Amino acid sequence: MQRIGVFICHCGSNIAATVDVERVTEALAKEPGVVYAVNYQYMCSENGQQLIKNAIAEHRLTGIVVCSCSPRMHEATFRKTAEAAGLNAYMVEIANIREQCSWIHKDIEEATEKAIVLARTAVAKILLDKPLTAGETGVTKRALVIGGGIAGIQAALDIADAGYEVDIVEKRPTIGGRMAQLDKTFPTLDCSACILTPKMVDCAQSDKINIFSYSEVEEVKGFVGNFDVKIRKKARHVDETKCTGCGVCMASCPSKKGLNEFNMNLNNRPAIYIPFAQAIPNVAIIDPEQCLKLKSDKCGLCQRKCGVGAIDYKQEDSFVERKYGAIVVATGFRPIKLDNFNEFGYADNKDVVTSLELERLMNAAGPTKGTLLRPSDGKHPKVITFIQCVGSRDVSGCGKPYCSKICCMYTAKHAMLIREKYPDTEVHVFYIDIRTPGKNYDEFYRRAVEQYGVDYIKGMVGKVYNENGKLMVQGSDLLDNKQIVIPSDLVVLATAIEPDPSVRDIATKLTISIDTNDFLTEAHAKLRPVESPTAGVFLAGVCQGPKDVPETVSQASACASKVIGLLAKDKLKGNPCVSHVDENMCTGCSQCEQVCPYGAITYIDKEFRIGGGKTETRRVASVNPAVCQGCGACTVTCPSGAMDLYGFSSAQILKEVEAICKR
Amino acid sequence: MSDIFTVENIKRISGTDVRKCMKCGKCSGRCPAFDDMDIKPHQFVTMLGQGRVEELLSSKAIFNCLSCMACVERCPRGVAPANVIEAVRDTVERMQGGDAIKAEDIPAIVDELIPQQLLMSAFRKYKK
Repeated sequence: MQRIGVFICHCGSNIAATVDVERVTEALAKEPGVVYAVNYQYMCSENGQQLIKNAIAEHRLTGIVVCSCSPRMHEATFRKTAEAAGLNAYMVEIANIREQCSWIHKDIEEATEKAIVLARTAVAKILLDKPLTAGETGVTKRALVIGGGIAGIQAALDIADAGYEVDIVEKRPTIGGRMAQLDKTFPTLDCSACILTPKMVDCAQSDKINIFSYSEVEEVKGFVGNFDVKIRKKARHVDETKCTGCGVCMASCPSKKGLNEFNMNLNNRPAIYIPFAQAIPNVAIIDPEQCLKLKSDKCGLCQRKCGVGAIDYKQEDSFVERKYGAIVVATGFRPIKLDNFNEFGYADNKDVVTSLELERLMNAAGPTKGTLLRPSDGKHPKVITFIQCVGSRDVSGCGKPYCSKICCMYTAKHAMLIREKYPDTEVHVFYIDIRTPGKNYDEFYRRAVEQYGVDYIKGMVGKVYNENGKLMVQGSDLLDNKQIVIPSDLVVLATAIEPDPSVRDIATKLTISIDTNDFLTEAHAKLRPVESPTAGVFLAGVCQGPKDVPETVSQASACASKVIGLLAKDKLKGNPCVSHVDENMCTGCSQCEQVCPYGAITYIDKEFRIGGGKTETRRVASVNPAVCQGCGACTVTCPSGAMDLYGFSSAQILKEVEAICKR
Repeated sequence: MSDIFTVENIKRISGTDVRKCMKCGKCSGRCPAFDDMDIKPHQFVTMLGQGRVEELLSSKAIFNCLSCMACVERCPRGVAPANVIEAVRDTVERMQGGDAIKAEDIPAIVDELIPQQLLMSAFRKYKK
């Protein structure tokens, strides 16, 4: 026979102002199975918890119902309280009479009635609760970082610093990501490569960090602490262990028409190439689309020239299988395609460029060796017009509904750098709003205006058209209530950013969720911002939402601390509220196996005694409790009712429904 | 016709939510008739939101608008300023009564690419 105690919290006035706690206490004291009911101002306080502990001892309680806030807030607290008083931690039920009752009702009568019903429901459930014990699993002391941009690099360095092994999987031939493409970084205007490449080198030199470049995650199995990951190493046709990065092959390659992705396709590169001078690993790669040998079996020059015999035209994709305890997703972003914005003339005019293209046009390692020249005729542009919010804050379906966050700052940076380097250049910026919160950020933008004389125009551009070789930028000057046309030599579009499209595939493989804009969803927007809803998977950088370099680095370090906290554990306590199978009822239909999102269910052949000394072998479901997350998909799918959840059994849920319906 | 009725009615006819406007001015940046208009396309949206219908109803701009729909096409917020202008024009015409061109004249000048709304505005605008 169960002896249940009910504890009703006032939560200051959060609950008590709308719910008559005295009446709830009286009503619950009369419930069958309840031997003690009490209310208190703050049940989660030290005193409140002591009250619960004393009551458990004094009234020999077998289970407690706490009527308070959402179980997301204090379920863990009260489980610990119960455990400290000698009860099983799972003999605790929470009735949420705050978020689901007092906060959403105004009428005291109604709210009190509802609170009583919610409390009765919890009592109905707890009467069928059984003590549960969480299982334990080991932890593989190695982390996987997907994406080798600044987010992935920082996370990997921090995890390695704590003494754990880290593998970085980067789909491109080098790590470095978008930050490697930037010329300068705001708000200090230091050279991006100068601050990034030391970190890249640290990754390469660390004996804890292993870089899988030009590789992709092929398959992910397992669960927190024990992920099994298959990595595809794409064929680069160059033996990484032999190549010294000398560059002789690049010089000898007769095919020069490949577009240079690192320079945003603004110039060409050979078919065999190293993406940029400081690439990590500093190893060549062959572009099979451009290589004459791979396309038509002619040539072979690079193989003959290579002094170390690193070129291998027959190389194929290979696979590596590794175990990991934690995974960091840092897949980054790209600028959106501008197909929906032909009013800005991007497709038709070479001198209309995106901001990322401008970074390359201004960079010393870029196609113009750092001298700002127009792509069309290689001349110095004298009038440069920037257009902000291209594709951002757009709910028409052409662009992205969100603010891309970084554009105001990098446009101010571009404008300032141009005015600094070429004082005879006229620089205009069309803006809708200037958004520069952040340390030294607004001061930075004001410097562009006050010190460098950049002309900021409040208004959006309606169209850009070519008139006798000039780019005519027609837009609003809203403060002057005028329509203006600025004949320009170069137009720069502050293009919206979007998550790298590879994130969809990664999200599916990791069973983590993405929002309507393909950004990865965090476990809690405020309190768990670097954790994904799937245990053991963490998020860093723009894959989670638009952010600049300092924010990305902070988030990556936060991510690393979460990973380190996980890897530091020898054992992980599981969730005991998992699925289990009644083998006598299982018909072996496999439906549960198909719906399980975690791969926790397998089928086994098992021998059963059928009487008369005989046995028969039947195919039945088997749940791996370490993998099961207790979602309950199998229990509602099972046609024979063989699947059930510990702590949330079908019988308990029916009892709850009954308690709600009973008046 | 009370002011409140007119504001709500113009909003209803325009079929657009002026609160969605983020005041970027792309409509006025694009407008080919901008210089001729006494009230600019972006102002139509703002002023309707403020309930300043008297000024809108007496504006000359409603007859300068070409109904080219460029502002509707390019608005990043889906506000459709031309629909607001059309709604004001419609209200003025209804208060005066009568159509500007005859329905039987339409088939000769219509082609299938002409937006329906442009056709409707032609009824009221081109009275010669």
